[in-house]
Amino acid sequence: MSTQPIIVSGSPHVHSDRTSKKLMYDVIIALLPAFLVSIYVFGISALIVTSVAITSCILFEYVIQKYLLKTSVTITDGSALLTGILLAFNLPSNLPIWMVIVGGLVAIGIAKLSFGGLGFNIFNPALVGRVFLLVSFPVQMTMWPTAIENNTTVIDAVTGATSLGVIKEGLQYGETMTEISSRIPSTISMLLGFTGGSLGEMPALALLLGGLYLIIRKVISWHIPVVMLTTMAVMTGIFWFLDPQHYANPIIHILSGGAILGAFYMATDLVTSPMTKKGMVIFAIGIGVITVVIRLFGAYPEGVSFAILIMNAFVPLINKYFKPRRFGSKIKAKIV
Amino acid sequence: MLKTFPKGGIHPPENKLTSTKGIKKMPVPKMVYVPISQHIGIPAEIIVNVKDNVEIGQVIAKSGGFVSSNVHSPVAGVVTKLDKVIDTSGYKKQCIVIRTDAKNESNFEDISYSLKKDITMAPKDILQRINDYGIVGLGGATFPSHVKLSLKEGTVLDHLIINGVECEPYLTADHRLMIEKAEEILVGIKILMFALHVDKAIIGIENNKKDAIDIFKKLTKNENGIKVAALQVKYPQGGEKQLVRALLNREVPKNGLPLDVGVIVHNVGTIYAIYQAIQHNKPLTERVVTVTGKQLKNASNYWVKIGTPISDLINEVGGLPEGTRKIVNGGPMMGKAIKNLDVPVTKGTSGILVISEDEASRGEPKNCIRCGECIYVCPMGLEPHLLMNLSEKGMYEKASSEDIMTCIECGSCSYVCPSNRPLLDYIRFGKNIVKKLNSAKN
Repeated sequence: MSTQPIIVSGSPHVHSDRTSKKLMYDVIIALLPAFLVSIYVFGISALIVTSVAITSCILFEYVIQKYLLKTSVTITDGSALLTGILLAFNLPSNLPIWMVIVGGLVAIGIAKLSFGGLGFNIFNPALVGRVFLLVSFPVQMTMWPTAIENNTTVIDAVTGATSLGVIKEGLQYGETMTEISSRIPSTISMLLGFTGGSLGEMPALALLLGGLYLIIRKVISWHIPVVMLTTMAVMTGIFWFLDPQHYANPIIHILSGGAILGAFYMATDLVTSPMTKKGMVIFAIGIGVITVVIRLFGAYPEGVSFAILIMNAFVPLINKYFKPRRFGSKIKAKIV
Repeated sequence: MLKTFPKGGIHPPENKLTSTKGIKKMPVPKMVYVPISQHIGIPAEIIVNVKDNVEIGQVIAKSGGFVSSNVHSPVAGVVTKLDKVIDTSGYKKQCIVIRTDAKNESNFEDISYSLKKDITMAPKDILQRINDYGIVGLGGATFPSHVKLSLKEGTVLDHLIINGVECEPYLTADHRLMIEKAEEILVGIKILMFALHVDKAIIGIENNKKDAIDIFKKLTKNENGIKVAALQVKYPQGGEKQLVRALLNREVPKNGLPLDVGVIVHNVGTIYAIYQAIQHNKPLTERVVTVTGKQLKNASNYWVKIGTPISDLINEVGGLPEGTRKIVNGGPMMGKAIKNLDVPVTKGTSGILVISEDEASRGEPKNCIRCGECIYVCPMGLEPHLLMNLSEKGMYEKASSEDIMTCIECGSCSYVCPSNRPLLDYIRFGKNIVKKLNSAKN
């Protein structure tokens, strides 16, 4: 008999090998293809912004937990690392470094730790960081290095707006979609990610690949991304069908402005999305509708970040009213 | 596509290490410790005194009421003590301690009964004998069988379901019994169908026991009304409500019983015990126990006398292996961890599982990341994370209105939680308090 004591605890006595750490690292793995494309397109500046975002998120979490909150430090659980990557993916690669650091502080310090840390935050930390920067430094946050010129160089002098920005501006000056279309990238370059935009929001194919990985690994379910993108496609499709000269087609809407990044990686954030499938569907429809409303009628060309944050606020309510059906709450079949 | 229940469930590693090991006879123990409360309900009342001589199968404790059960002596011998002994619950419970008479041949004779197919008893007498012979649900719940079988006037019953699912990992007691005693079980099924006047029976077996499915398919080929259904492997399909839903697409109402949808469910082990009682006049004094664990040298299935100390079983399979950290009475999902090897085998002991360090300790609980996995796997459609929270905060009224009492304690939520949260521990705690509050109200 061993000298170590016998353990007595309640059942179950076995546990699956899923851990929250593994879930986080699965998301990070899923983001790798898009990251590689981004380095290819934007060069070393993408690497710098991402490293700075990750380092600042982890460092702020460490410092705040250890010296300010005096709680146990949780930097090894992978969540601060993931927040850093997602924050970077939502920033232009030529953003001044100090702004990236401020973004990290807001994401971790305000959006995550002040709410009680992992699991207690209402809003997606990376998005709070991004939106904070967007409203504080609108000029720097909406000037993106254009892809082609910047191919393998470190220079980020040449800047331009995203496809959605070009469309919005053009329409405001009274141009039609036919006139604008020559100035926006082709569908193929949008799919591959050779367009201007935030660091990780453009490579649609690479992001989809990662999204598929997450669904296969059961880290996320298909409900949020599919419903959100479908809602966007249907809504923009209706407007485009009615007036193709003044509304961009659904393909442009889906492939640009961080819709795919938002749908697969931001809206699906476990902590800030609903817990039941029914709730997820409502949540995703809400994001889709708000995104399209902002894009078509709002001041900003893009709306995914705002839409997700707005719907994040509804999650507790959604969880309260969209519960799983209790077994036996209605009799399915009578005796024949 | 094989049938299964639609909502929730998990696929833990099966680890059915002993599925090919035939059922051996455990040597008769020198002492047996027979608890008077081996069933759900009122404990039985002791009717023997110290120094009394008892025979095998003699009633030593009498049923204490309707929801109760007789307890019979598993050996011939002398009552040495009426003592309190720690049982699987971890509490000291009243036991009758009997020293086996080493000279009495009936303790050691090995009678192999020949199969007896003809049913000669009347339905009323069959039900009475099931009551008298101490038969309780052997699947683990130990609910007195006669209570399940006592139908009120006007009850509609159209199906008898035989539970051969054995969805708990590691356990193979029912599996082996189905292979080795298939014909007897079939007679047992007919006895119950006859006694209950029901003409349809379904034997539900998970598809990881193909040999048992084949045997029963062959046996029931020419039987009218008895069917075998292969089921997808999914835990907790052995739960009554899940099994009825899987086989008949009927949902037992909340707080209801299978009988509310015209069904009675019995475990194969119980059916075999009923066969023994009716055809061979044998009360319930022994059962099949799987003694298993990855490190055990001779893991196998055994016929064990009720009241045998678990230490006897462990010795029989070669002793506790080095590095044992946990001993479980039952399977890994729903079994109870025990500290003391003197705990006796009871009517509800389906297995003894020995677990080593790497599986025995739980990971450190972390914050809930609201992934919703516990909700997806809950077969009862509950929200385990919420129920844990409410129990932790002492909000029992709210927990009750969130249906905490319908939890079947299958443990799927704790099994999948990526943050290692002790969901079921808190839910169990909350249930106990809600139960107390409810009974205080009434």
